[in-house]
Amino acid sequence: MSLDHSQPHQCQARPQDLVEHDRVQTPLYEDAALFDEEMEKIFAHTWVFVAHGSEVPEKGSFILSWVGLQPVIVVRDRKGDINVLVNRCRHRAATVCEVKKGKTSSFQCPYHGWGYGLDGSLRGVPYPEQYGEDFDKAALSMKRLRVDSYQNMIFATLDESIEPLAEFLGPAKKWIDLFMKQGGGYPVKVLGEHQFTVPMNWKIQLENTTDAYHFPVVHKSFIQSLDKEAEATFNFFDKAGFVEDLGNGHSVAVMIPELIDLDENLDDPIPERFAELAQALRDEGFEEQKVRKIVRATGGAGFNLNLFPNVSLSLAFFRVLRPVSVKETAIRHVCLGMDGGPAAANRMRMRLQEHFQGPMGFGTPDDAEVWERVQRGTLGGKELPILVNRGLVDEVPGVDGPRGHLSAETGMRASYQMWKRMMAQ
Amino acid sequence: MSGIKTMERPSDLNSIGLQELTAFVWREADILDRCDYDAWLALWTDDGHYIVPIGPGENYEDQVNVCYDDAKMRKMRIERFQQGFSISSAPPADTVRTVSRFVLDRVDGDEIVLRCAEHVVENKFGRQRLYAANLTYTLVRTDGGLKIRDKVARLLNSEGELTAFSYLF
Repeated sequence: MSLDHSQPHQCQARPQDLVEHDRVQTPLYEDAALFDEEMEKIFAHTWVFVAHGSEVPEKGSFILSWVGLQPVIVVRDRKGDINVLVNRCRHRAATVCEVKKGKTSSFQCPYHGWGYGLDGSLRGVPYPEQYGEDFDKAALSMKRLRVDSYQNMIFATLDESIEPLAEFLGPAKKWIDLFMKQGGGYPVKVLGEHQFTVPMNWKIQLENTTDAYHFPVVHKSFIQSLDKEAEATFNFFDKAGFVEDLGNGHSVAVMIPELIDLDENLDDPIPERFAELAQALRDEGFEEQKVRKIVRATGGAGFNLNLFPNVSLSLAFFRVLRPVSVKETAIRHVCLGMDGGPAAANRMRMRLQEHFQGPMGFGTPDDAEVWERVQRGTLGGKELPILVNRGLVDEVPGVDGPRGHLSAETGMRASYQMWKRMMAQ
Repeated sequence: MSGIKTMERPSDLNSIGLQELTAFVWREADILDRCDYDAWLALWTDDGHYIVPIGPGENYEDQVNVCYDDAKMRKMRIERFQQGFSISSAPPADTVRTVSRFVLDRVDGDEIVLRCAEHVVENKFGRQRLYAANLTYTLVRTDGGLKIRDKVARLLNSEGELTAFSYLF
């Protein structure tokens, strides 16, 4: 890092003036002072997704994560409760854990040996005598965040005063319920993940998951790699899909309407690309209805759900974004499977994940390229607005908010209205 | 460890010829740097896998990998590179790769397991990135000369945050 990066930046306009209903301004991707303000006004005052419960399955299981720029440890304690602890020793600030995930009985700072329990409480310090008799260990626990979960998705917040998670998610909850049906009757479990960074502002990724307009263009090479039947499945705009604002910045894009509810239409023909899996399950002794339920679940849900500000539920995976700096964003593509389900189905899900996601997938590198192009392009013509007006012309009231054509920018408008509301605080 | 093992078995080394193996791997590196992907596909037997793993362990089938390509997926991946529709691959990043530190791991009949180190420098958007990988080849002697059955490219920081790649390791 050069010293140039620490020069004070000044956002010229009030943040809320940078967002209109149908357009936003270039500083949203570019302004370092605005980024700092976002970390304070948004990421410190909302529910941030930190992990899935299956990543910390047992007492003592932990995984490293982030809330905005802050490193945290998500850990299940002896009572089975989830704690989200800021990864910082209360003595001299060293991180107490640099192992990405694992199982432990306690955390110990490597610098002077302060030891903490799984709930973050300070258990002991070497040679405590020099702190005197009134040394109050209870006041020196690791910083613990407020935690809540929905459908085993764990969220944390630095703000004790915001509404409960369920209230914040609101109408998005029923879509999360539908999404989790891809367990095919088994609990949903994390099977692995792809991680990568892209030199772009975090909001460029935030905009993407319910933007179906880009799919046939950016992902043409992916679509062409599929068989005819699968190609038709991914040919979204011929169907009755839509994108809807769910409030609080959340939005849903329904791309494959026949796959909204994976428990329905079990008698539909099994697609060609799942025929081999279906036979493998029959050979394992599964009944035909169960075979159909698992096979239908294997391909994932037919919609993308974007939860403001940092997690999306997309087809068969979570996409988790982490702002790193104004022009750098880290992304996790978390592959989901069936906990205790047939190995053949989980293998197929992992192969489908590899086919599209990750640094060498047939989809992700093309997404990453266009996201980076956005960041590079905004260096020019900074006075030009970024348009989010697509689909306003025929947007109608939906069940929970404005509903537009599947290619509409309704989801982006939802995100930016929430951004505006939070930044005006 | 395997280096020492190799030293203890000079006859194997001589019978295979490390020079022949390195020449083969260097030719592959040249093919990849030139993006001559049809020539690359021709280096393979049909039954093998090209794998870029994420986690430790060798049960690649039951874990999420960066890439786990059987013959069909290899062919599809190359078609994607060649069709020109993929914005990340057309044009691809320019690469220069160096392969070195060859160790003959074991020889079992016609099957040869070779380990080596690879550095890839990529250039795109006037920006250069450097990746390092440990490569493990399972090569077989066929009537058509040496072929690759399996190739495992284990990247440094494979379990951490990578960037998107428009080339092969």
